Amino acid sequence: MENSPDPASPLLEVRGISKSFGAVRALQEVDFTLRAGEIHALLGENGAGKSTLIKVVTGVFPRDAGVVRLGGEEVAPRSAKAALQAGIATVYQEVNLLPNLSVAQNLFLDRQPMRFGIVRDGEMRRRAKTLLADFGLDIDVSAPLGSYSVAVQHVTAIARAVDLSARVLILDEPTASLDRHEVEILFGIMRQLAGRGIGIVFVSHFLDQVYEISDRITVLRNGRLVGERETASLPRIELIRMMLGRELAETTSVRAATREPQPREICASFENYGKSGYVAPFNLELRHGEVVGLAGLLGSGRTETARLVFGAERADRGQAKVEGAPVRLHSPRDGVRHGFGYCPEERKTDGIVAELSVRENIVLALQAKRGLHRPLSRREQDEIARRYVKMLDIRPPDPDRPVGLLSGGNQQKVLLARWLATSPRLLVLDEPTRGIDVGAHAEIIRLIRELCDDGLSLLVISSELDEIVTYSDRVVVLRDRAHIEELAGEAIDVGNILAAIAADGAAIAHEGRA
Amino acid sequence: MTALLPRRGLAQILALIVILAVDRVVSPQFFDLRLQDGRLFGSLIDVLNRGTPVALLSLGMVLVIATRGIDLSVGAIMAISGAIAASLADSHGLPVVLAAALGAGLVCGLWNGFLVAVLGMQPIVATLILMVAGRGIAQLITEGRIVTFSSPDLVWLGNGAILGLPVPVAIALGMLILTGAVVRGSALGLLIEATGGNARASELAGVGTRAMILSVYVWCGVCAALAGVIAAADIMGADANNAGLWLELDAILAVVIGGTSLFGGRFSLVLAVLGALIIQTMNTGILLSGYPPEFNLLVKAVVVLAVLLLQSPKFSGLAGIAARLRRTKA
Repeated sequence: MENSPDPASPLLEVRGISKSFGAVRALQEVDFTLRAGEIHALLGENGAGKSTLIKVVTGVFPRDAGVVRLGGEEVAPRSAKAALQAGIATVYQEVNLLPNLSVAQNLFLDRQPMRFGIVRDGEMRRRAKTLLADFGLDIDVSAPLGSYSVAVQHVTAIARAVDLSARVLILDEPTASLDRHEVEILFGIMRQLAGRGIGIVFVSHFLDQVYEISDRITVLRNGRLVGERETASLPRIELIRMMLGRELAETTSVRAATREPQPREICASFENYGKSGYVAPFNLELRHGEVVGLAGLLGSGRTETARLVFGAERADRGQAKVEGAPVRLHSPRDGVRHGFGYCPEERKTDGIVAELSVRENIVLALQAKRGLHRPLSRREQDEIARRYVKMLDIRPPDPDRPVGLLSGGNQQKVLLARWLATSPRLLVLDEPTRGIDVGAHAEIIRLIRELCDDGLSLLVISSELDEIVTYSDRVVVLRDRAHIEELAGEAIDVGNILAAIAADGAAIAHEGRA
Repeated sequence: MTALLPRRGLAQILALIVILAVDRVVSPQFFDLRLQDGRLFGSLIDVLNRGTPVALLSLGMVLVIATRGIDLSVGAIMAISGAIAASLADSHGLPVVLAAALGAGLVCGLWNGFLVAVLGMQPIVATLILMVAGRGIAQLITEGRIVTFSSPDLVWLGNGAILGLPVPVAIALGMLILTGAVVRGSALGLLIEATGGNARASELAGVGTRAMILSVYVWCGVCAALAGVIAAADIMGADANNAGLWLELDAILAVVIGGTSLFGGRFSLVLAVLGALIIQTMNTGILLSGYPPEFNLLVKAVVVLAVLLLQSPKFSGLAGIAARLRRTKA
């Protein structure tokens, strides 16, 4: 490494960047400085402008004002490809490589080793293997990328970026779909790259990880720069205050106050309900004013249970009852008719209709429930949309904006509004806080408690055990597509849930319990 | 919705004005209208009259395309309904003739809808079946001949006049109003747009997406059948080989010119009909100009390209940059 750069001199310098979309000012005179060899966390709530900043710096969006300097020289890439050539590489949460091509092909896409115009496959594989070995990855590089885990795909994307002589590496939510062990591997790679003098921008919602890995933190809020701090000297409460601009509402203490069990009426019950090859038969009672949490590892049958309860999937055995009366749940329409609502995990593919407005998305379920011949007038639609935009603080507060242009947290709120507008008796929420920043996270948890106090029955799935413990009155633990344990009252804590998940598989069946 | 029209329809309205202006240049009498025997005559009326079949087809097609589907069989349905109408015209009254012909269109639409909505076939393949088979069915009905008729009622449907307007034009206008009233007066419009925009999400929100899809194909079949009856009434006969031939492509073109995306979602009935008129205005203009009709196809392609460019966000971005450059130079 010839004359290694002065650690204090900025590698990437962003000054006075502004960007507007129509009348919405997404970024206002934002500064950002990245030093060589540092890991710099870029934080902010949904809609704070993190993604916009990244996209402006990498030339995906043209900027309205400001300068970007890389190693002291001004750069103005006009596309992500041009940015990559200049030395700024971005790896997004959804890896943008080609899953149908092999790992080696992905690594050398566009620059395959050639001889006489023919790709030298052997050479390419060999170089791919050496390259990945640097990252501690020993895999078959001729297998399709899509056949590997998200973690391997991420590392491949990073390896490709670094091999393309990246000096700045931007990682947008790289850990969102990784497990603990994979996160460790990724962090190891990040530290190694930083040691080589590469500047890394780390965007994440996981504050623990931010404190573990980053040297400095830059916080954005509502498109403006809030501040830049050394991680080591920034207390967590201060960081959260910077991100939210207000004190974080207490979520944990609310729970304790409402935990005492009260006799409540049954809202919906499921007896010996199940579908072969999908979820083993289970018994489940959902009461008014009660939150039931579903806990378990990925693939344990949580989402499957939710879909059966709502009617998105047809059960082939058992009996469902609503307010004591037997009902048929063969389709989402049946679920909606009985006053159920379901916010699916995959917001983009299963939740929002991106092209339609916030207003149309909010009234969709209510309109479907009312039927074709009873259309909501434009005035009624406006009224409903305005009410929920205000109640849930959906931003920007413009009901006519296509919902696809909103941030993830706001899209989630639109989906909640869609179901609240139908005045449901039971709401099924699948990972309601996934991919959502701290502020919206706390708001949604608070909302769950409030809805519950209003007598709504809630069935909530979450991978965040702390979160489940916070709001649940009962927790059903699942493993291998079967309900294996039900915790209530004082028994609800993270340790007990983990113990149930990890318990010996012998005593699975709990048919006798009712 | 209506408040949005001027902004959304700007490209189409501009295109129509430009083409009308060109038509006026090649044929100075283009805008002349005269009243004779209680019926208006003139090139503009011709445009409306000739444009009726495609306008009717586009009314059904736009709804199908809004659900992310396509219907290739509308030309064949025209041939079937025309054949039925011509065969029954001289032996039965107009109500029976219409009921039989439109009923056939409804059955054809149900068939398409069943394949797409219930069996889950890809729309382009599912409707290809009837596109091929339908013309065969029509030929079986006419027994391979061109069936002519002289029933004054049916002839009136193709050549008569109501309040000075040719009957086909009045029918098309009526169908536009009826379809608009049904679709926008009920929740159908929103639910169709939701289904086309994201069928999975709509299904989970409780929308009966199958029923939506089935109903748009049925309506498309009925519209096509009506177009077939009018086409037969116009020439006082049914030609199973040529009735409605390739018109499904004009109908799709009309919908696309009208700004509805083939990926489904947002649609506009008025703009789809406007698209049909744009196509017909071009056809008529080229005929009047005396150029060989072969030019028709090329000119059509150029105009379609122009309208699509005007709608494309990338292109308007380019135009904006060009305008800014000019301003900085000045």
